[in-house]
Amino acid sequence: MDVTTILLLLLVGAIATFFAGDKLASKVALVFSLGALGLSLYLLNLLNQGTNISFTGSWIANPKVALAFKADGLSMAMVLLTTALTPLIVFSSFGNNFTNAKNFYALVLFMSFAMVGTFLAADGLLYYIFWELALIPIYFIALIWGNDDAEERKKAVVKFFIYTLGGSLFMLIAFAYLYSKAGSFLLEDLYQLDLTATEEGWIFFAFFLAYAIKIPIIPFHTWQAKVYQKAPTVGTMLLSGIMLKMGLYSVIRWQLPIAPNAAKAHMPILIGLSIAGVIYGSIVALRQKDLKKLLAYSSLAHVGLIAAGCYTLTLDGLSGAVSQMIAHGFVIVGLFFAAEVIFRRYETRTIADLGGIRSQTPKFTSMFMILVLASVALPGTFNFVGEFTVLYSLSQVNIWFAVLGGTTIILGAYYMLKMFQDVMLGETNTKVFADVTTNEAITFVAIIAFLLFFGLYPKPIVDLVTPSLNEILEVINK
Amino acid sequence: METNLALVLLLSPFVGFLFNIFFGKKVSRNVSGAIGTITVVVSFLLSICFFAQLNQNGKPFEISLFDWIQVSNFKLDFGILLDQLSLLWLLFVTGIGSLIHLYSISYMHDDENMHKFFAYLNLFVFFMITLVVGSNLLVMFIGWEGVGLCSYLLIGFWYKNQPYNDAAKKAFIMNRIGDLGFLIGIFILASMCGSLDFTTMKTHFLSIYINTPQNVFLTSLAAFCLFIGACGKSAQLPLYTWLPDAMAGPTPVSALIHAATMVTAGIFMVTRMNFLFEITPEVQNIIAIVGAATALVAASIGLLQNDIKKVLAYSTVSQLGLMFLALGLGAYTVAVFHVITHAFFKACLFLGSGSVIHGLHGEQDMRKMGGLRKAMPITFWTMMISTLAIAGIFPFAGFWSKDEILMVAFEHNKVLWVVASIASIMTAFYMFRLMYLTFFKEFRGTEEQKHHLHESPSLITIPLVILAVLAVIGGAINLPGSMWLNHFLEPILTTKHEAHHLGQQEFMLMGIALAGAIVGIIWANAKYIKGGFVPKQDSEIVGFNKTIYNKYYVDEFYTFIIVKPINGLANFFRTTLEPALGKVVFSFGTLANGIGTQGKKLQNGNLGRYLFVFVIAVCAIITYLFITTPVAQ
Repeated sequence: MDVTTILLLLLVGAIATFFAGDKLASKVALVFSLGALGLSLYLLNLLNQGTNISFTGSWIANPKVALAFKADGLSMAMVLLTTALTPLIVFSSFGNNFTNAKNFYALVLFMSFAMVGTFLAADGLLYYIFWELALIPIYFIALIWGNDDAEERKKAVVKFFIYTLGGSLFMLIAFAYLYSKAGSFLLEDLYQLDLTATEEGWIFFAFFLAYAIKIPIIPFHTWQAKVYQKAPTVGTMLLSGIMLKMGLYSVIRWQLPIAPNAAKAHMPILIGLSIAGVIYGSIVALRQKDLKKLLAYSSLAHVGLIAAGCYTLTLDGLSGAVSQMIAHGFVIVGLFFAAEVIFRRYETRTIADLGGIRSQTPKFTSMFMILVLASVALPGTFNFVGEFTVLYSLSQVNIWFAVLGGTTIILGAYYMLKMFQDVMLGETNTKVFADVTTNEAITFVAIIAFLLFFGLYPKPIVDLVTPSLNEILEVINK
Repeated sequence: METNLALVLLLSPFVGFLFNIFFGKKVSRNVSGAIGTITVVVSFLLSICFFAQLNQNGKPFEISLFDWIQVSNFKLDFGILLDQLSLLWLLFVTGIGSLIHLYSISYMHDDENMHKFFAYLNLFVFFMITLVVGSNLLVMFIGWEGVGLCSYLLIGFWYKNQPYNDAAKKAFIMNRIGDLGFLIGIFILASMCGSLDFTTMKTHFLSIYINTPQNVFLTSLAAFCLFIGACGKSAQLPLYTWLPDAMAGPTPVSALIHAATMVTAGIFMVTRMNFLFEITPEVQNIIAIVGAATALVAASIGLLQNDIKKVLAYSTVSQLGLMFLALGLGAYTVAVFHVITHAFFKACLFLGSGSVIHGLHGEQDMRKMGGLRKAMPITFWTMMISTLAIAGIFPFAGFWSKDEILMVAFEHNKVLWVVASIASIMTAFYMFRLMYLTFFKEFRGTEEQKHHLHESPSLITIPLVILAVLAVIGGAINLPGSMWLNHFLEPILTTKHEAHHLGQQEFMLMGIALAGAIVGIIWANAKYIKGGFVPKQDSEIVGFNKTIYNKYYVDEFYTFIIVKPINGLANFFRTTLEPALGKVVFSFGTLANGIGTQGKKLQNGNLGRYLFVFVIAVCAIITYLFITTPVAQ
């Protein structure tokens, strides 16, 4: 039994969903995504017992492209993030009615498939193909099922598509060059390459363009807010919860070990740029008028800190970054879901039109509040573990990085509590707001339970990823 | 067994929280309040047990529950430490907590969300216990942020009122400024000591630590950063402005969180980390100066406030300043002594003001009170006792603790002593002003209020009486001569603070302090009783009085130099920079893609064309690969 079964299951799921018809599509998608979750948990168990669950097979002879899937702790953590969030995202959309639901849910599962592939692929070209494949479903999801004016939406989504695609092309060129040196796309072969400083610099830069756009790191973030706003909530969740992490994961898996010396040489700039994103995102978030856009900028701030952790090239930085990726994945999905819950009732995301909801909905208020607190990394939530570890790693590089990056705990509290006050508190709204349905509550509770449990007991996750991060660090420091 | 008891001590209020959150609405208000109270009483009783045991064998109880956060060079576990310091804090936190819970059953009875109030209050006690019993700095930090959260929830308890929500938000954010300092301090200490355990850190600084310039700089920086954290939580200059606003919360909250317990967390932390501050004299000096300055500034603002709770709030800030003054002078026991006596009389004063506000159906303006002495005798007498205590009148509790602070200040630095003495005279004045305006002369409220004037029910008066008794006798724990507290706290302090011998100088200082307090009282008496003066309407206040009445415009100043610029920047980013960046970066991107020349056309194009470009590019690259691949492969 190896990890390709997860991929197969998701692909079969996508096809089955497509043929299940509009009525059953969401349920079929849920069953398959839950199956994928169960399967990945089973495989994780195997991995923990020491069984090899990686897979290597030949695919194309010339150029040599292998069907190589490597499943170490890091990959499995990311796969689990994907397979855990996918059923949650599917389930959270049970309150929506999509036209052509079969297409919609098939695309969701297909995207999940492509993202899992990206996290597992250990061959450059294979990885690249999955990386680009993941873009196609989200493109259609955002374009076809998105919000607001179709023309505006199209502009935003097309910009996003061409922008990320353009960035990725540089990565493809980098891979081509690496192939010409190594004669293979295999990750382990690329790790062995001895590149000159100039070569490393160019390779690093090419990767950086692809990842900086995907993550995004400022000033490459300008596609983000509009797409988050225009995409249907399911799409926004997929993007912010999982797809961003593809970029961050790739930094750890591909960029740093292949061009470690370039990373070391540019460390202050890279960390500086990432932290600038933290502060910039937080400040822009302060004055947003649209709830989803505000969350988009909060996301920009959070991933900036994660990227900064990655670029410290220390175990703490990487491990904190992975924790924070997972924590952020859950909390941002929860927050976008809260925005969706509000939209379902009031049909608006304009903050100025909201307010006075709390008195009508004790349950929703509590759950939304907990998510806000997790987002500002209150101790006891998993987000605190990630943020603390990343900030600690930054303080080991330079205490000022920690101080500047740490402004997120002040600014984050500012924009999140301000948002919560404007959206939830104040005199009772004249419009009726029904409290959460059972289905909605289940989604919230699952997310909150996850964040609180691992907030107090993060050991399983940290222990899972540490060995593979140490391996990567060995390559970086060889 | 001990472990289980310690866990019950910690978790009992949390159980109360869970009960009230999930079932509080379904049971009657009395049951909800009773469960909230009983769970805290349980913690109080267990604290007494542990305290008795510690008193007997002198051995602290320490236990690690489970691993929490693992970083490359150190590991943090979730540990509990019950030693002299934590047990002392536990006793008065849970003790006063129990009384205030009891009081709240009556005070909050008519509120539709009473169960939530008790839930939050229980949660607060849980986090406060966590803060106090944590065996390392990061567990303390959980409690530290947790009490901040509860403070936020309770200040904004009446959430329909947006100014209250603003106050809650302000408290949380200002605390977070301090918390960033706290975190940075934690980072430095962690990398220096390889641990955040109090015992390990203490050993490190006492035995391994070497006095190199580098190390001295780092320890000083760490100590300073921790002090920033303390400034936030304990409302010291320049981070104090949230506390007066925090009075928006229900009065029991002001008594428990914003007077007796949470705001003393900064003093607890500095005392806990005394081994660090002892080797950083520069930081100690800063603490002493900040403390004295805060005491004076806050007391002067308190002179002219007309809202009864605002007076008490500034009084709290001022008293906390005195405690920090003692800390800065290395007199930890003295600071702790004042924390405890202050908790008694200030909790009593707040609860008393709550009783008054309750009796007047929400009126907080002292200009509309007066003459309540006859209608509310128990409230009056308990508050009077506490006022005498805070003013430092012999032999009430505050006399002994405040007197020691003044003595320590006199020994170290005469300027600090003068500042602290002036603050004390002001304290006596504004407290008696409060008493005179509230309880003496004629009632100045409406006729209708006058008809309904009544003493509060016994659930409110019983806690008042108990606290008033403690405000009388509380000084006994550290009377000159016995010095019980000094001996008790000795094991947790690195340098011994010599107890005062009662010599001529000490008696003289006591005399001066007492005389100062009496001057303050006479001054107030002359103005408000003999002079019959009633503070003017807001619009009639002019000159320097207006500046004081408006709290030196510090809030306005902060708004002007911090809040406005940040929001301005946010607007600029949102409306100008973001779109500009979008254009620049995007056009750069398309250009670099080699699609640049086609960019404009492409932007209006359809997906097909993009995919076409994509496929062409991929094909080109794969072809390139085929060509460059060595045939030998």
